[in-house]
Amino acid sequence: MSFIDQFAEQWQAYRKPGYYDKFDYAWTMTIDLDRCTGCEACVTACQAENNLPIVGEEEIAKGRTMHWIRIERYWEGEYPDIKLRFIPMLCQQCDAAPCETVCPVSATYHNQDGLNAQVYNRCIGTRACAVYCPYEVRYFNYQTHHWDTPLDQQLNPDVTVREKGVMEKCTFCIQRIRLAKDTAKDDGRRRVRDGEVQPACVQTCPTEALVFGDRQDPDSAVAKQLNDPRAYRVLEELNTAPSVVYLKKVEVDAGAR
Amino acid sequence: MPDNPRKLQFADVNDDVVRSLTQTGSAYYITLTVAITVTLVCFFFPWFYQLNYGIGAAGMNQPTVWGTYLASFIFWIGLSHSGTLLSCVLHITQSSWRKAMYRSAEAMTLFSLMVAGTMVMVHVGRPWFIHWTLPYPNQMGLWPNFRSPLMFDVMAITTYLTGSSIFIYMGTIPDFAAVRDRTTGWRHHMYVMLSLGWRGTDTEWHRLGWAYTFLAVLIIPLAVSVHSIVSWDFALSLVPALHQTIFAPYFVVGAIYSGTAGIVTVMFVLRKYMNFEHYITDLHFDNLGKLLIVLSLIWTYINALELFTAWYSGTSTEYEALKYKLFGYYAWLYWEMILFCAVAPLLMISKRFRTSFVPMLILSIVINIGMYTERFLIVGTSLSRQYLPDSWGVYVPSSVEISIMVGTLGMFSTLFLIFVKIFPSISIYEIKETMDQPGEAATSTPGTEGGAD
Repeated sequence: MSFIDQFAEQWQAYRKPGYYDKFDYAWTMTIDLDRCTGCEACVTACQAENNLPIVGEEEIAKGRTMHWIRIERYWEGEYPDIKLRFIPMLCQQCDAAPCETVCPVSATYHNQDGLNAQVYNRCIGTRACAVYCPYEVRYFNYQTHHWDTPLDQQLNPDVTVREKGVMEKCTFCIQRIRLAKDTAKDDGRRRVRDGEVQPACVQTCPTEALVFGDRQDPDSAVAKQLNDPRAYRVLEELNTAPSVVYLKKVEVDAGAR
Repeated sequence: MPDNPRKLQFADVNDDVVRSLTQTGSAYYITLTVAITVTLVCFFFPWFYQLNYGIGAAGMNQPTVWGTYLASFIFWIGLSHSGTLLSCVLHITQSSWRKAMYRSAEAMTLFSLMVAGTMVMVHVGRPWFIHWTLPYPNQMGLWPNFRSPLMFDVMAITTYLTGSSIFIYMGTIPDFAAVRDRTTGWRHHMYVMLSLGWRGTDTEWHRLGWAYTFLAVLIIPLAVSVHSIVSWDFALSLVPALHQTIFAPYFVVGAIYSGTAGIVTVMFVLRKYMNFEHYITDLHFDNLGKLLIVLSLIWTYINALELFTAWYSGTSTEYEALKYKLFGYYAWLYWEMILFCAVAPLLMISKRFRTSFVPMLILSIVINIGMYTERFLIVGTSLSRQYLPDSWGVYVPSSVEISIMVGTLGMFSTLFLIFVKIFPSISIYEIKETMDQPGEAATSTPGTEGGAD
């Protein structure tokens, strides 16, 4: 096949109707802020599952954190009438992700599960995706991080260890999703059942504030939560179509207290 | 012309230009050594350290993932904008005052672009894979992302670099031939190759003229599009202070503005140290000064407009970004920029100021400091105040970044110093076009007639 034909064929694939909006699965996470206690168990679980480095005090002081999921804290009011609000923030796996359009080498792209995937091997580190991301959930490897022995023995073998100059972010634990899909396939080409796959943060959440599943399946726990009147998406006005849906905390207003 | 007691003859032009190429004083070698040393020590050593350590050697952090490297990139691209563009515009409008200065202005374009290209390498996390941004067929069937403004950038800059290289080289062929006939030894062999067997026949002149004008027309829209595309790297994002439609014209005007100031600096240096007093005169400074003041006013207008739209939008994010720019951590830089780029250039309203060389030199450097600040602020202030207040932060350049910033100046100077010894830095044949023909009555001296011929 000549080079031109090959190119034309690839181009055809891109032009396939529905290529960009018909996904095998539409993985979605809901975060119930009424249940969230801000315990940061999800942060730790993510750290362990995805081989996130401990960047150290110095780097944190420079503002180079490495937490694929973080608890954002907002203080309201002045002491003593002060109130803390918090919200877990992770990659929103946008369906119209600004980071995907900007990467010059397509290191970040939309996969057939509707996930915003990041290819570490392809990344050249322009960091443009982090600028374009309004949620600030992309983390850059400012250096190659090392794990002292014996900590290097506890690295997850299913997840790549990233080197310097590479962007990384929450993948919805794509290694678990892949495993679940493979198991489902070996099981006779069925679909992944609801609850069969959970990212580390969801699995760990003690209050079950985080729920994960396929929103294409109307019976899934996550699809049911989407109809909750409290459901909203962060920065929805930017039309990024996030796959992470938050359930608003119900406020007891001051008068009723 | 006060400092021109004797009228220039055709032979003088050849003599002066060949002298500038062959006779090299110790001052030149000292400057070159300094420039090369600065490049090595301030640019390459820190860069190698950074390649080894990672981008962490620079001061970038989580909200502000872009820093001075990208600011330097825009700055050098901007500086490249006036040379070839101005030369093309003035060629088409047949302004004769262009002729003494366009060669070095175009060289400035070329070298700024090269430095800008190097800045991209310094900026990215894994520069050893930079070739992945080029659309070349490969066994993996992988293409760059054609939707990406960064991709457009790669295309635009390589095109501009190619175009302006061809433009400067083609315009120099007759001069290479003239120098070829006057030099001996290795220089002669070099110019034999560079002049491509130019004999100066009518057909050759005709074809050169046609091709030169063709390229000039081609390069003008190209140059405008290049900096528009650079601006889209920012404007196509969702970042509050960057996501603005005004950005393309803003960048283009800013680029031409800093580029023209750069030309003034280069002209001063050439005039002073290459003894081109007869060719680069106060007329050139006067005309460049007029251009600068117009550009400064447009630039100021766009800046005011930017503030207005941010305020008028009424959204909290835009408003916060505006407030941060005017009164936040980097506010002193903002007001410095306004002073250097909007207020100080008003001095050029006076003709006496425009025609005095040293004040113009100082002002041109001041403008470029201001313009560098502008590029830093575009990156710095906007990225540190984005949508989620939790990830607000402050970015301060590290010593590695500052060193590399200085090193780029050394790199540019090195390239330019090598250029003036290989390329005739003043166009021999076009200077002659502005002079009286031998035997004709003297009516004008080179470069004294302003505007269109």
